[in-house]
Amino acid sequence: MKTWLDAWPVFRQLTGNDPLGRGTAARSKATEQVVSRTATADHVAKSVCPFCAVGCAQKVYVEDGRITQIEGDPDSPVNRGRLCPKGAASKQLVTSPTRVTKVRYRRPYGTEWEDLELDTAMEMIADRVLEARRKGWQEEDGPPGNRHRVNRTMGIASLGGATLDNEENYLMKKLYSAMGAIQIENQARI
Amino acid sequence: MPGLGASFGRGGATNFLEDLSNSDCIVIEGSNMAECHPVGFQWVMEAKARGAKIVHIDPRFTRTSAVADLHVPLRVGTDIAFLGGLIRYVLENDLYFREYVVAYTNASALVGEDFVDTEELDGLFSGFDPETNHYDEASWQYEPEEPPHSGSDDPAEAAEQERSEQHPDVKESDRAQAAGSGGPPIPAKPKRDETLEHPRTVFQVLKRHFARYTPEMVAEVCGIEPAVFEQVAKWVTENSNRERTTAWVYSVGWTQHSVGAQYIRTASILQTLLGNIGRPGGGIMALRGHASIQGSTDVPTLFNLLPGYLPMPHAMQHQTLDEYCADAAGKAGFWGNKRAYTVSLLKAWFGDAAQPENDFRFDWIPKINGDHSSYRTIADMIQGKVSGYFLVGENPTVGHPNGRMNRFGLANLDWLVVRDLQMIESATFWNESPEIETGELAPETIGTEVFFLPAASHVEKEGTFTQTQRMLQWREKAVEPPGDARSDLWFYFHLGRILRSRLEGSTDPRDQALLHLTWDYPVHGETQDPDASAVLREINGTGPDGRALSTYIDMKDDGSTTGGCWIYTGVYADEVNQAARRKPAREQGAVASEWGWVWPLNRRILYNRASADPDGNPWSERKKYVYWDEAAGEWTGPDVPDFEETKRPDYVPPEGAKAQDALAGNDPFVMQGDGKAWLYAPAGLVDGPLPTHYEPVESVAENAFYKQQASPTIERIEGPWNRENPSMSEVFPFQVTTYRLTEHHTAGGMSRTLPYLSELQPEFFVEVSPELAALRGLTHGDYATLVSTRTAIEAKVLVTERVRPIRLRGGQVVHQIGMPYHWSYSGISTGDSANDLLGIALDANTHIQEDKVSTCDIVAGRRPRGSEMLEFVESYRRRAGVASGRVGVNGRAPVEGSTGHAETGS
Ligand code: SF4
Repeated sequence: MKTWLDAWPVFRQLTGNDPLGRGTAARSKATEQVVSRTATADHVAKSVCPFCAVGCAQKVYVEDGRITQIEGDPDSPVNRGRLCPKGAASKQLVTSPTRVTKVRYRRPYGTEWEDLELDTAMEMIADRVLEARRKGWQEEDGPPGNRHRVNRTMGIASLGGATLDNEENYLMKKLYSAMGAIQIENQARI
Repeated sequence: MPGLGASFGRGGATNFLEDLSNSDCIVIEGSNMAECHPVGFQWVMEAKARGAKIVHIDPRFTRTSAVADLHVPLRVGTDIAFLGGLIRYVLENDLYFREYVVAYTNASALVGEDFVDTEELDGLFSGFDPETNHYDEASWQYEPEEPPHSGSDDPAEAAEQERSEQHPDVKESDRAQAAGSGGPPIPAKPKRDETLEHPRTVFQVLKRHFARYTPEMVAEVCGIEPAVFEQVAKWVTENSNRERTTAWVYSVGWTQHSVGAQYIRTASILQTLLGNIGRPGGGIMALRGHASIQGSTDVPTLFNLLPGYLPMPHAMQHQTLDEYCADAAGKAGFWGNKRAYTVSLLKAWFGDAAQPENDFRFDWIPKINGDHSSYRTIADMIQGKVSGYFLVGENPTVGHPNGRMNRFGLANLDWLVVRDLQMIESATFWNESPEIETGELAPETIGTEVFFLPAASHVEKEGTFTQTQRMLQWREKAVEPPGDARSDLWFYFHLGRILRSRLEGSTDPRDQALLHLTWDYPVHGETQDPDASAVLREINGTGPDGRALSTYIDMKDDGSTTGGCWIYTGVYADEVNQAARRKPAREQGAVASEWGWVWPLNRRILYNRASADPDGNPWSERKKYVYWDEAAGEWTGPDVPDFEETKRPDYVPPEGAKAQDALAGNDPFVMQGDGKAWLYAPAGLVDGPLPTHYEPVESVAENAFYKQQASPTIERIEGPWNRENPSMSEVFPFQVTTYRLTEHHTAGGMSRTLPYLSELQPEFFVEVSPELAALRGLTHGDYATLVSTRTAIEAKVLVTERVRPIRLRGGQVVHQIGMPYHWSYSGISTGDSANDLLGIALDANTHIQEDKVSTCDIVAGRRPRGSEMLEFVESYRRRAGVASGRVGVNGRAPVEGSTGHAETGS
């Protein structure tokens, strides 16, 4: 017969078969109703931690178009489900309240950030790329008497991080080379 | 990684992380693996649980040391002396793996008569030109078996190339890195003496070179007691033979030195002598620092490389495709196929416009002619030579040494595009940087137009990273990025699209490459995001039938195949994205070949032909891996053989054989021109065929080995914003080394902005020993100020016995300061930036900076503010006899145009 005493966890712990109080004794009605975020996810995307080069595989849990949890993927031969503090915090990369999601613009000699439409920004950047390319264009280079064809621009430089995907690096190198830009570098140098 | 490339033929970790569990001894040096690669470190602990000895060699006692069997503190910057000591120990005591060394290395090759060693020239090799600080490598060559170039299709051209290879402008353009997949070219196979007795064999040269690296010298230079040295030597040698293997683990603790490539070479020589390369539980585990550093060199956004470690064409050498491939024509190994890889790349980029009759549009690739690396570019920016700059997920004003110089560079641009998740310091230099406070910069003087474009996070885009064991892993897109945030793939694709439409119809020759670029990737969704798998497929390449290639062996030089990065060919084999494979580890063997995809051709341990003896049998049952199956007539084992599958172990190349056919059945280093691991590098490194101990650029000690104090080929960038601390100066009496914490990530843009991580490591600190604290009156928990010729920074003091003063043999006591470099003024957790303290001096092989070791002073209390700060640092420069560090508007030369040399000083 269920008594009021049965609702009291300590009583259940002392009299039941859970003397350490870590199992059934500690469970309540509220506990029963709690479901983990990972169980209710709409879908799980397979991903990889973007921090260090161990490349821990992640499972990304999505519910209602939002990321609810990121965990280590136990299937991975490398990390076997584990993540370090960085990988475990990687959900905050996505959900951080200080993340910037709008284009910001600072005009020459300006003292404040301003708003700018993404499309406008893209057009403005394209203008500047063409102008800088023209300004820094070299048909040839070298000391007098030893000049060689170089076919390039020294007006544009680029520095990428090591969280770029291979596909991104590839398009960057391809586009820059075609426009003649050579001062293309990456964190990999650092 | 030229250190590995020049030794073995490929610039990547030789083994994989899980394989560390097969090691009998693991030496971790130049890496705090438990802290910086924490989840990978579980494999070291697995090995330990199975009885392996773990040795940690590091100036500081760290999380790695805490669980190692032995921690060996050494003075920063002396690893070559220590490793050289081990090499000598192995050679003097006949502890090398003789059969392996004779068969698989260049130990028996004869070095030419002209070579003169550092032992005779007091720290210089033959061929040094003090005018240019460059070496001419001619005297380092092998004594050829046959007259040189006889195998080349175009001997005259090849000879011309070799001459121009020695030109300073070519040297500066970083050719060493082009050995990332395919060792450096050599003119011909050498004469050999397999008894190793001839005095000019590499073996004997090596013996003489390291003869003075005795335990006593190791003690004097590194501060390691002979008994401790002996213990390490014993463990390493006892665990390196037919039955046992030792692994060496390093990371940026080695690469970030003025002689970084040679650090790696020293370990490569040792591991080769011990027969640990190509075998399970052995190898050199290069731990790359970030998610896709390996990928960013394989598919390089680097000035000196094209995809797959093909060198960027050089103006002096490579005006045509023939010239570009001349060094490869007729050569053994990788170099024989260079033309096929290059033509496939040009076809991938320029499609139908690239035809045999127009040289496949080779002339559309811009040419380099010197050092165009990022530090050089920063100096150019300060001088107003660069108009626009893209920073794509990179925060150089915090993450690169000498933040002040970096900020001056940005302040002199016309425009800057920053793409990131958070408002990083490199985007706010114009109104928030330390120089705003000192008055050196002001928004009103800075004309740089700044565009901040929000980026998509790793779960908001699809694509591959290549992690530390050369493994590509595909990420699925989980959600759409918010607001204006877009992937970098989106950005570059659409920028290219707009540029092409602007130029439409142009007949200007310089626009043709852009206009004919293959740029028709399928796009998805509302934002028109390009399809990353289409890009990956282009990287993989296609055959004459238009289907994805499964191996680069099938690439042709006639234009019938395409391929954006030959070493990645196979990642899309059978039209399947192999990088997306996720067969659970428990459902496959220990090598886990069906998880992701590894370059080259899914080979998990490189050079694994060497795991069998010359006859093709395993060296031992215990270390069995890849071996010859006589019945089946092929190489077999749990991994893909890193060898032609059916080439017999007793295959001898016929006269006149080319490319891979010129390598014998017992030449496991298939990317090297001679098929051997290089104990001695006749080519490929600009600072010497053998590693030699030099002191760091900024050192408190004198070089005990040679008169030559620091590496003679160090590259310097001079200006008031990059002064150098004089060595052995009383003004800068302490060594300082930078490092990382588990809880933060490089420049902090991805960690100081996250609440969890900021809470775990909330503020900038420096580690000092109790002795140094007493010497300088520093109190645990209070502030201290660190000063260099660059600037001064403040940090909380952590007094700890984890850093110990090192007592050198001569009685000199060296105090070392540890300094994590993650902080700056933005984000949740803020502090001064460690990198501001450091100067820029570069390894001539890689243009990688030396920031693991420099010098400084440390005093109690906070640093001065405003103009007082400038005077404070200037007073140190004066005392040290260093030229002024004062600058003019936006960091430009103080009195512009007055002498034209206002920037040269110390
Ligand atoms: S979880 Fe930690 S160890 Fe794993 S990849 Fe991320 S940062 Fe590296």
